[in-house]
Amino acid sequence: MIDRELTNTEAMAEALREEMTRDPSVFIVGEDLVAHGGIFGQFKGLPEAFPGRVIDTPISETCIAGAGLGAALTGMRPFVDLHFADFTTTAMDEIANQAAKIRYMFGGQVKVPLVIWAPDGAGLSAAAHHSQSLEAWFVHTPGLKVVSPCLPYDVKGLIKTAIRDDDPVVFFMHKRIFGRKGPVPEQEYLIPLGQADLKREGSDLTVITYSIMVLHALEAAQQLSRDGISLEVLDLRTLWPLDWEAIQRSVSKTHRVVVAHEACLTAGLGAEIAARIQEELFDELDAPVVRVGAKRVPHPFSPPLEKFVIPGPHSIIEAVSKLLGKQI
Amino acid sequence: MRSSLKAEEMIGLYRTMCRIRAFETKVQELFAANMIPGFVHLSIGEEAVAAGVSSVLRHDDFITSTHRGHGHVLAKGAEPRRMMAELFGKRTGYCKGKGGSMHIADFGVGVLGANGVVAGGFPIAVGAGLSCKLRGTDQVVVCYFGDGASNRGPVHEAMNMASIWKLPVLFVCENNQYASTTAMSYSTSVERIAVRASGYSMPGVTVDGNDVLAVRDAAAQAADRARRGEGPTLLEAMTYRWQGHFEGDPQRYRTKEEVEEAKVRDPILKLAAALRKKKLLPKELEDKIQNEVQLEMEEAVRFAQESPYPEPEEALEDLYAGDVAQAAKGGLA
Repeated sequence: MIDRELTNTEAMAEALREEMTRDPSVFIVGEDLVAHGGIFGQFKGLPEAFPGRVIDTPISETCIAGAGLGAALTGMRPFVDLHFADFTTTAMDEIANQAAKIRYMFGGQVKVPLVIWAPDGAGLSAAAHHSQSLEAWFVHTPGLKVVSPCLPYDVKGLIKTAIRDDDPVVFFMHKRIFGRKGPVPEQEYLIPLGQADLKREGSDLTVITYSIMVLHALEAAQQLSRDGISLEVLDLRTLWPLDWEAIQRSVSKTHRVVVAHEACLTAGLGAEIAARIQEELFDELDAPVVRVGAKRVPHPFSPPLEKFVIPGPHSIIEAVSKLLGKQI
Repeated sequence: MRSSLKAEEMIGLYRTMCRIRAFETKVQELFAANMIPGFVHLSIGEEAVAAGVSSVLRHDDFITSTHRGHGHVLAKGAEPRRMMAELFGKRTGYCKGKGGSMHIADFGVGVLGANGVVAGGFPIAVGAGLSCKLRGTDQVVVCYFGDGASNRGPVHEAMNMASIWKLPVLFVCENNQYASTTAMSYSTSVERIAVRASGYSMPGVTVDGNDVLAVRDAAAQAADRARRGEGPTLLEAMTYRWQGHFEGDPQRYRTKEEVEEAKVRDPILKLAAALRKKKLLPKELEDKIQNEVQLEMEEAVRFAQESPYPEPEEALEDLYAGDVAQAAKGGLA
């Protein structure tokens, strides 16, 4: 039993503090870090504890991401804060062309121990330039690893592993989960990349999901249990490498699958997972895989508009109802 | 002619330029004979820039290079045979056949990579400079680029960042007058790229890029300044690209006369003439160097030709440093 609870923000800061203590080559670089400890307070206390190793930058996302790469190639382990996932668009050459490809393109000569970290996700009326979930782009790019956990235990363990990993890791955290609390043990631990976690066991249907949709799926599962429907919730945590074995196990158990993410439905990660399930696990399926994702428009500002566009617990319940062929 | 350089240092510069010229002339012939796949971008006529700058660098200094980077990489200490093998797409190449002409790197001699994206090296060079500073070394980083790259956005971010942090970076503009097929006079808001340095509070110097001694002097000053922790310099070397943007370029954007006129300012002949005047390059020595360089490049070609191609399945290797099996587990491939 873990008797300590931390928020995601605190779990992240603790992970960074431990890794920076352990390894002097780890440093944090990005915008607005020192004075406020990061926009979510995720670096609180670190600038004082590690002078010179939490580095404020000009507003230059292209160069921040690329500088992280240059430092990673020359003996450092940079943790790059890109402020918002949306701003990866201004650093796509650096992330997708340079960091992702450099090891391969140069015949495996070099390691790229780089973390590109950014908050993503909608629901705060932040509108189209501060609300996106872009993980599919990075999963689509060979050479990157992609992580998107939602609970403090996972956040801490995966940040530590991402920092120690010798490949570029793109690490997303939904901006509505920072204050979310959860148990985190005092003693040190790591969570391997590429390992999903069963957040709830069930027998009727599996929801394969990640990030904030895990919370929505758990809420939906709670509601559906009152109707006698038993949902299994598989939190992927790492999106690449994908824990295919965990998916296989769960699909073979429940035979019905919903894949859910907050990102745009069309060509999202759900499409890849659904396609692979029908290719490899067709005989296990009792029904077609159903996907849940955002409608294919930019994120609108006004609360009723935004709420209509992004999925929530109700979207999972609708998907389950469709899949089981009954009105819930 | 600067008197501060020793005779052997000047001969060294001459030899480096001759090696680059010989390497690229070989590549030109081999490409024309269909023996090299893909595209090649040659820097024939621009050798003084790589030779002059590299001559002030240490083994542990870094460079980022460009799509026209054979000279930079060779001058920093890479082996011609492994470069040539890479151009041939062979397993013994620097990148095991995965990079080719535009993506040669040799991390063992501080080459952080040529780059297929124009100005792609800027942020990487800044990061390497930041790394030198954080690790407390006096290494320097050279970021080679062309006049075309100077108009890309990352250049602004990189120069500003290098300046505010006083990073040990030499931004070396190999100004060959053309961005692919577009003349600098059309594409660029200034006549000299170096004047842009004033926008970033760093020294901006323009030198004759066909005068290897002038390049070396300017690079030496910039490197000293960087090693002292005083920050970056923008060094612009005015030169000319003899060949097209790529081999096979029909070059409709310039006249033959313009190219012929530029060839008169051959950096190798220029140094040779100066050396002869000082009686430092007797005919025997000149012949000896030319002979050695030719043999070296012929051996490089032989090595490349005799080397095996990679097995097709090797295309799936080298993507991840960590547990590749684990990383690939999620993939269908």
